[in-house]
Amino acid sequence: MAKLVMNEEETMLADMARGFLDDACPVSKLREMRDAGVTSDAATWKEMADLGWAGVLVPEEAGGSDMGFAAANVIAHEMGKTLAVSPFISSAVIAATALRQVNDARALGALAKIASGDVTYALAVDEGIKFDPEGVQMEAKADGNGFRLNGKKQFVVDGASADRLLVLARTADGLTLFDIPADRVGVNCDASNMIDARDAARITFEDVEATGEDVLGAVDNAMDILKPAINAGQAALAAEMTGLSVGAFTMTVDYLKERKQFGVEIGRFQALQHRAAHLWCEIEVTSSAILNAGRKLDEDSSVAETAVSLAKARATQTAILAVQEGVQMHGGIGMTDAFDMGFYMKRARVSAEWLGDYSYHAEKIAAERGF
Amino acid sequence: MTVNPLDAFRAELRDWLAQNCPEEMRDGLMTEESICWGGKDWVFTSDAQRVWLERCAAKGYTVPTWPVAYGGAGLSRDQEKIFHEEMGRLDARSPLQSFGIWMLGPALLHFGTHEQKLQYLPPVARGEVRWCQGYSEPGAGSDLANVQTHGEDKGDHWLVNGQKIWTSYADKADWIFALVRTDREAPKHKCISFLLLDMKGGGVETRPIKMISGVSPFCETFFTDAKIPKEQIVGEVNRGWDVAKYLLTHEREMISGGGAGLSGGGRALGAVIKDTMDEMDATLRADAMRCEVNSLAIGLTLERYKDQAEAGQGAGDASAMLKYMGTELNKQRHELMMNAGGSDALEWDGPVGNRAGDWLRTKANSIEGGTSEVMLSIVSRRVLGLPG
Repeated sequence: MAKLVMNEEETMLADMARGFLDDACPVSKLREMRDAGVTSDAATWKEMADLGWAGVLVPEEAGGSDMGFAAANVIAHEMGKTLAVSPFISSAVIAATALRQVNDARALGALAKIASGDVTYALAVDEGIKFDPEGVQMEAKADGNGFRLNGKKQFVVDGASADRLLVLARTADGLTLFDIPADRVGVNCDASNMIDARDAARITFEDVEATGEDVLGAVDNAMDILKPAINAGQAALAAEMTGLSVGAFTMTVDYLKERKQFGVEIGRFQALQHRAAHLWCEIEVTSSAILNAGRKLDEDSSVAETAVSLAKARATQTAILAVQEGVQMHGGIGMTDAFDMGFYMKRARVSAEWLGDYSYHAEKIAAERGF
Repeated sequence: MTVNPLDAFRAELRDWLAQNCPEEMRDGLMTEESICWGGKDWVFTSDAQRVWLERCAAKGYTVPTWPVAYGGAGLSRDQEKIFHEEMGRLDARSPLQSFGIWMLGPALLHFGTHEQKLQYLPPVARGEVRWCQGYSEPGAGSDLANVQTHGEDKGDHWLVNGQKIWTSYADKADWIFALVRTDREAPKHKCISFLLLDMKGGGVETRPIKMISGVSPFCETFFTDAKIPKEQIVGEVNRGWDVAKYLLTHEREMISGGGAGLSGGGRALGAVIKDTMDEMDATLRADAMRCEVNSLAIGLTLERYKDQAEAGQGAGDASAMLKYMGTELNKQRHELMMNAGGSDALEWDGPVGNRAGDWLRTKANSIEGGTSEVMLSIVSRRVLGLPG
């Protein structure tokens, strides 16, 4: 039975990731990018690929490091602590997991390009304001030997910088997943001006041609391929959000030890001590759900859905609490743009919505628990 | 082909349970009426309860992880998980609950001598001796180290005088383990001894306290010249605080388990509520969902801490987190169950049973074994390192 304890390899991976990220992706890097109006960082992604992160879920035969879902969560968790900007979840987790389900020569070729960092992906599912893959309406009409795609997607995270798009669309008898280049004729990408200063886009599809070659898995049967990919993405996102919570919390506790009012460190006041302690408790409990989701995905990803939803639901609650408490305990300075807490708050809000909000995941758990 | 030893264990256990767990014990109940506490004066509520206890005790299944020599089954952590899964599959009642299992056992297994373990543990495992815990006093609640019950050194024994309070089921217990001040001069953490006392050996009197739930699970316990032979001490003289602290950790994990192990035999809160209501209203359903999400995550955290302990990383002060989160959750759950029960839940032993009594009982969860506020202070000082 897999243990709910970080093993030695995972601890080493976390330490190594931390070492790299502290240099390459401190929060100040995100600030610089925001100030310059830049939302993606191809050079750093290449470095992450060299560390084996882009290929964390890619088989070794395609040049990947194939470390598994729990390891992907460990990396995402560390990235969350300093709000690192990368297409890790979109490409290395979601797209890689989808392509891996396909398991043919073409997919293996695509996986190799993900692992090397040469090609990045984005997942285009959302059409309304909430995540609802089953409710996708965008049409892919049969046309000769192929399809024509027409419709609009929004909140395509990493969509403006991605080389390729995984597009979910409705075909004659169900949903079909397409893997198409982002620059195909008829694909129009409009970068969104996001509160967290990261890459997301609204994308319109006008008579975009797709062939049978562009279909991942079977026509009318997208979920066989997409569900495990979404689950893996949700778990990694939950891990990243928990890293974010730890990052915001650490800043806050450090501040409680430094800041003086009434002649003493404000961390001496029991009202603040108990707020901080409560937040730590919430983070501890959420960490268990993250660890469990990784273990369940590695054991058998087809039955990990509830574990993943639990992780995302808890991570969302906890991150929202962590950033609110972070601002409150910092006082006025926490509200200023010059201070980093605002970046954490904005990223937490965006991540809360991505791949299903709290209610979406709580409903999944409720259904599984019988009410 | 080799069979995975854990799979083999599971198969064997499943067979044994199918053959040995009486039908009446397969309702998963964990109520005041269904629990078997054991002890010299125990009256079994049914023949099935007696048979179930005897069969489990013979296999060591009342204390599955204790060593075989002391009445357990010597199960590993993985086997223990399987044991609970298989018991849960049958909805089997726990064969025996007791403070001997929860508290004395861990203390003796860690601090006791081999002779003490042999003397005290097997009767606990067989349900023959019932223990209670003598910790709190009127002037020593959150400030537990301030205990004043005194043991005077009389050569071969201590002469104990003083008063304990909140001693759970002291009126029904055979023995008590108590924190007793054995040195009047030393600082308060270095003057306490952890003593074992036969409550029927004279000098001990108990008086039940009626609680808001209408029952009297707690007592006041008075010691008047009670004699405790010198060998009835766990650990060293004046080092009882080490034992007490170690046990408090266990107690906290145990109480928090009440929050994560869903009452109603592991059934989801939603299912319990559904039994009462034809149609769950949207607000109640949303609250129940939130409770369920938190409950599952806290349950996983209990598992994680057990796995960490097995890997040699003790929870230590972090167990305060389990206690705090688990008990606050349990209170919320019972508020929701009352809400779901509507006016039916407002009658003592009404149409939904003793739901009101259970609800009132949970209010003590965030007080006993260290209040929620003490837990938060432990986390903030010892885990977060905030100034005291």
